[in-house]
Amino acid sequence: MIEMQGVYKTYSNGVTALNGIDVMIEQGDFAYIVGPSGAGKSTFIKLMFREEQPTKGSIIINNKDITNMKWKQVPYLRRDIGVVYQDFKLLPKLSVYENIAFALEVIEESPKNIRRRVMQVLDLVGLKNKARFIPDELSGGEQQRVAIARAIVNHPKLLIADEPTGNLDPDTSWDIMQILEEINDGGTTIIMATHSKDIVNTIKKRVIAIESGLIVRDEHRGEYGYEA
Amino acid sequence: MTVASVGAVTTTLVLVGAFLALMMNLNHIATNLEKDVEIKVLVELTADEQQIEAIGDEIRKIPEVASVNFSSKEEELDSLISSMGDEGDIWQLYEQDNPLNHAYVVKTEDPTDTMKIAPQIGRIDNVNDVVYGQEAVQNLFRFNDYARNIGLVLIIGLVFTAIFLISNTIKITILARKKEIGIMKLVGATNGFIRWPFFVEGLLLGVFGSILPIAVIVSGYYFLEQNVALKQFSFVELLPFNPFVWQLSLIILAIGAGIGVWGSLMSIRKFLKV
Ligand SMILES: Nc1ncnc2c1ncn2[C@@H]1O[C@H](COP(=O)(O)OP(=O)(O)OP(=O)(O)O)[C@@H](O)[C@H]1O
Ligand SMILES: [Mg+2]
Repeated sequence: MIEMQGVYKTYSNGVTALNGIDVMIEQGDFAYIVGPSGAGKSTFIKLMFREEQPTKGSIIINNKDITNMKWKQVPYLRRDIGVVYQDFKLLPKLSVYENIAFALEVIEESPKNIRRRVMQVLDLVGLKNKARFIPDELSGGEQQRVAIARAIVNHPKLLIADEPTGNLDPDTSWDIMQILEEINDGGTTIIMATHSKDIVNTIKKRVIAIESGLIVRDEHRGEYGYEA
Repeated sequence: MTVASVGAVTTTLVLVGAFLALMMNLNHIATNLEKDVEIKVLVELTADEQQIEAIGDEIRKIPEVASVNFSSKEEELDSLISSMGDEGDIWQLYEQDNPLNHAYVVKTEDPTDTMKIAPQIGRIDNVNDVVYGQEAVQNLFRFNDYARNIGLVLIIGLVFTAIFLISNTIKITILARKKEIGIMKLVGATNGFIRWPFFVEGLLLGVFGSILPIAVIVSGYYFLEQNVALKQFSFVELLPFNPFVWQLSLIILAIGAGIGVWGSLMSIRKFLKV
């Protein structure tokens, strides 16, 4: 469960990105975050895994109050959250397999478990046959699938995606959405910021619209609501 | 790992090592000399036996005094003659008509008290004069203090320069690995986990940087110790090669490793926030 109460965020340069956010997201939900560019969507997402800290207000993630979380605790928070970005953030010199295994090595998982778990998620995203490839040898959609595999390899309760289809063509985007739905069916909460009218209006989920740092709309099975 | 930062560590450590060797030896020499500091109390030629006894009793009453030994004028002459070696022979002429005074040789518990009690002894009845070599030793100690202070400032400056150079070198490595570190943080790596490779790199830098300085110090000290020219001065007694040089090498290695690790951890600090 995720809960934000009266959350404000002003960056050090004086820009106020969030202006009093109140929201509650249950475990297993799938929510789109929509809104114009610069509305505060990415900021909203970054607060959830402590990439940014709120200026005011309280935040509960996975039933834990992270408002005053100590720096030392942040790595453990992130182990329960998978993050996917528009630009994939893969390490170019490592193979697909190594990129995913990396997330488990970092948390000092045993080699045997790493192998088993990496093969599992590669199977889930349909890239078992490309485990030895490096990112440059893959298409954009395949790279994003690797990033998703890495994000979920650790069994996170929450998967956060900031415009995961932003760099992909429509066909590939549908593949990615299918994988995200499968992950959501497994009980993982998914929060996804997107500018894709087609996706939001076709795969109906909860829609949270942010404008100028405020939630202006929050509907179940909602519409995108902006011109694409 | 660049040549520049290993070079910085090397230079620093050679200078630190040479300075430490100098300081420790100067201290050793001063301490040795100090141990020999004694006060010679010359008795008036006119004093009779009872008065001589009285002087000894008075000296023994002073709390700082550790030992008092009487040395008759015959013994004084003997030791004078033997200390002069070949030239001493002419002094044998005086054996019939000894011009020297009877003397008390006084040692203090703490050699630095010599200055304090010497005038006190000088005021005792029938004491002709008080002679002591404290001033020379005092000067040596003062020189040591100066040298130490100047050297410390120099060394601290050098150490910080070396740390700065190392942290810059490693910062370049880190910039190259910034993306990797960012991803590590994203998937929940602790700072300790991320720091580890940089810690090792800093340590290696420091250890490699101390190899040459240790070689220089070991061979330099060996040469110095073997150098016969020094042996002409009987008071210059260097710390023995073994174990001194090995202890010094360990210190240099430790400082090198410290500089390396500190430099590398400083450079990564900034990147670990967020
Ligand atoms: N690190 C930062 N420092 C200062 N200001 C920032 C920072 N990140 C974002 N902002 C500002 O905060 C506001 C909200 O940015 P945010 O990235 O959350 O928008 P967004 O809704 O994700 O936009 P987009 O749809 O274009 O990705 C913008 O005005 C932006 O300039
Ligand atoms: Mg954004």
